[in-house]
Amino acid sequence: MSSAVDYVVGRNPEMGPDGTPVPSPIDPFDVPEPELGSSTMLVNIGPQHPATHGVLRLVVELDGETVVSVVPRLGYLHSSFEKLGEYRTWNQIVTLTDRMDYLAPLIYNCAYVMAVEKLMGIEVTDRCRVARVICMEMDRIFSHLLWLGTWSIDVGAFTPFLYAFQQREKVYRLHEALTGARITTSATRIGGMMADLPEGWARGVREFADNLPATLDEVDALLTCNAIHVGRTQGIGAISAEEAVNYGLTGANLRASGVPYDVRKDRPYYDYESYDFEVPIGCHGDCYDRYLVRMEEMRQSIRILHQALDRLPDGPMDVEDPRISLPSKTDCMSDMESMIHHFKLITEGIPAPAEDCWFSIEGSKGELGMYVVGDGGPKPVRWRIRPPSFVNLSAIPRLAEGHLMADLIMINASLDIVLGEIDR
Amino acid sequence: MTREPAPAPSMSGFDLVAAGPREASDPSGTAAARESVPPGNPSVTALRGHFAEAVFRNRICAGDEDVVYVDPERITDILGWLHDDADQHYDHLADVTAVDYGGGRPLEVVYQLWSIPNRAALRVKCELPLDALAIDSVTGIWAGANWLEREVYDLFGVHFNGHPDLRRILMPDNYAEGHPLRKDFPLRGRFSRAEQTRRALTQDPEDYYVPGEIGERTPQVVEGDGGAGADSGAAGGDDV
Repeated sequence: MSSAVDYVVGRNPEMGPDGTPVPSPIDPFDVPEPELGSSTMLVNIGPQHPATHGVLRLVVELDGETVVSVVPRLGYLHSSFEKLGEYRTWNQIVTLTDRMDYLAPLIYNCAYVMAVEKLMGIEVTDRCRVARVICMEMDRIFSHLLWLGTWSIDVGAFTPFLYAFQQREKVYRLHEALTGARITTSATRIGGMMADLPEGWARGVREFADNLPATLDEVDALLTCNAIHVGRTQGIGAISAEEAVNYGLTGANLRASGVPYDVRKDRPYYDYESYDFEVPIGCHGDCYDRYLVRMEEMRQSIRILHQALDRLPDGPMDVEDPRISLPSKTDCMSDMESMIHHFKLITEGIPAPAEDCWFSIEGSKGELGMYVVGDGGPKPVRWRIRPPSFVNLSAIPRLAEGHLMADLIMINASLDIVLGEIDR
Repeated sequence: MTREPAPAPSMSGFDLVAAGPREASDPSGTAAARESVPPGNPSVTALRGHFAEAVFRNRICAGDEDVVYVDPERITDILGWLHDDADQHYDHLADVTAVDYGGGRPLEVVYQLWSIPNRAALRVKCELPLDALAIDSVTGIWAGANWLEREVYDLFGVHFNGHPDLRRILMPDNYAEGHPLRKDFPLRGRFSRAEQTRRALTQDPEDYYVPGEIGERTPQVVEGDGGAGADSGAAGGDDV
């Protein structure tokens, strides 16, 4: 070789063929780091992306792989339900409610009519109270199962998704038996339910509640101590208790931070104080704790389901007040007064006092508030939903800051949002 | 839940239906007779002690819900005090919303407060005249008020002074038809269907790729020969 420095490529460059050290032609410490610039990159996720769990669009500013800021953009599913409600009678609005949270439609049906009943001062029957508790707890599990399935997909596990959807299918069938619809249930009416519980329905719910723990145990075994799952969720998206309250987080997202705020315990409705159940709380406020809290909530809901099924009383489902409840179909077909009664109630609606009423329940996603304002007529002046997912999602810029892009997906999954309710 | 249904007990059956809807009571006017002497909620009493002239009146709604009407000028002081005071400790802002009663009545901004340690609820309302829809933002007290106030701005056009990021949230950034939840807003919007379609097609998603917090660009309002209400609903805060 003719070069002044003789070295052999492919061998140890610091040693010549004769074994003596050869100085390297390039001193690595002499080469300056290239200027890569300090600009960040914008990445658009969604609105059509499975990891956003709906038509949510996240504009993410990345520094390398680290999230600098997240800007959620909403409104792709906006249907203006609140405006539509102002043009409908109180009972007609029920059909709008289940289209908001299609993952737990019965909870929305119940929350809405409970608010209106409080505004009107209606006391529903004992059977109706227990039936609604069954509906709400069943749909809490229903919603958590979907969260569990999509959460496990996001973490890279496919099996729990199938297990969860196998169980969800049973709830779908119970919905169908109760109302004829699988998702858009519209099961409730002011002062009662659409119809009484069908024959054997309670037995079906009992069977579902009996079989679910085995599935939860299986998923528990697959995920809870799984190294990949733990590694991807522990310490990710953590938020302290004070901050979580300040951000308005509710539901499992708040309880994972250690705040035992559960509307069922703190502001009991429908005799929840007489049911024996625990409110699970976490202590780190991270994604993993949110997972643990939701898993335990499903088990507690099963406990409530069993107790409610035990105490389900016989008797009428609807209040016996002709101003509120429709006459039976048989009477309508055979009795003139009943037909007029039916006609007037349907065409004119039920008047509500000129007051406003706030009623919140523990929905599957968090505190679900309904604010109804009447003006003495059969239509609301204002019908407002306090959407738990909307407020929970507003914390995502804070939760995701400084985490990796892949963690953002887990944080989004851990919040358990539903876009139908966020955009309304 | 034990109070009587709204109609008098002597009215039964179809009497009530025949009587038709009752007149709406004016929420900004005198309180109804049965609300004239609301029992003292400790928070309301304390509020009156601290902010005597800023607390206008209080009433009880739906049986057990305390509502306080306060001066919009002092809203951050009052809510800040309710949040920080050791006895009140309303740490959870459940909701911020607004109610438009129509007919030229003032628009109400409604704050639903809940105290997690005390298990107490309070509803604070501010009345804003329709020609001056502005109120101070409470995002400095509750971070969770950010999106809730943005929604009220978007759907009602209430301007929140001091809000860090007051943009539309549910409606598109270039939405020029106004604020949909106002009573004077028609259900199908102000523009014709053809005009709405034209505007939707002229939107370029790339215009909104760079969010306001990151880039300097602000969303452009599509100018056009809009309907009669186009002037009342420009994007941005210039309509208050």
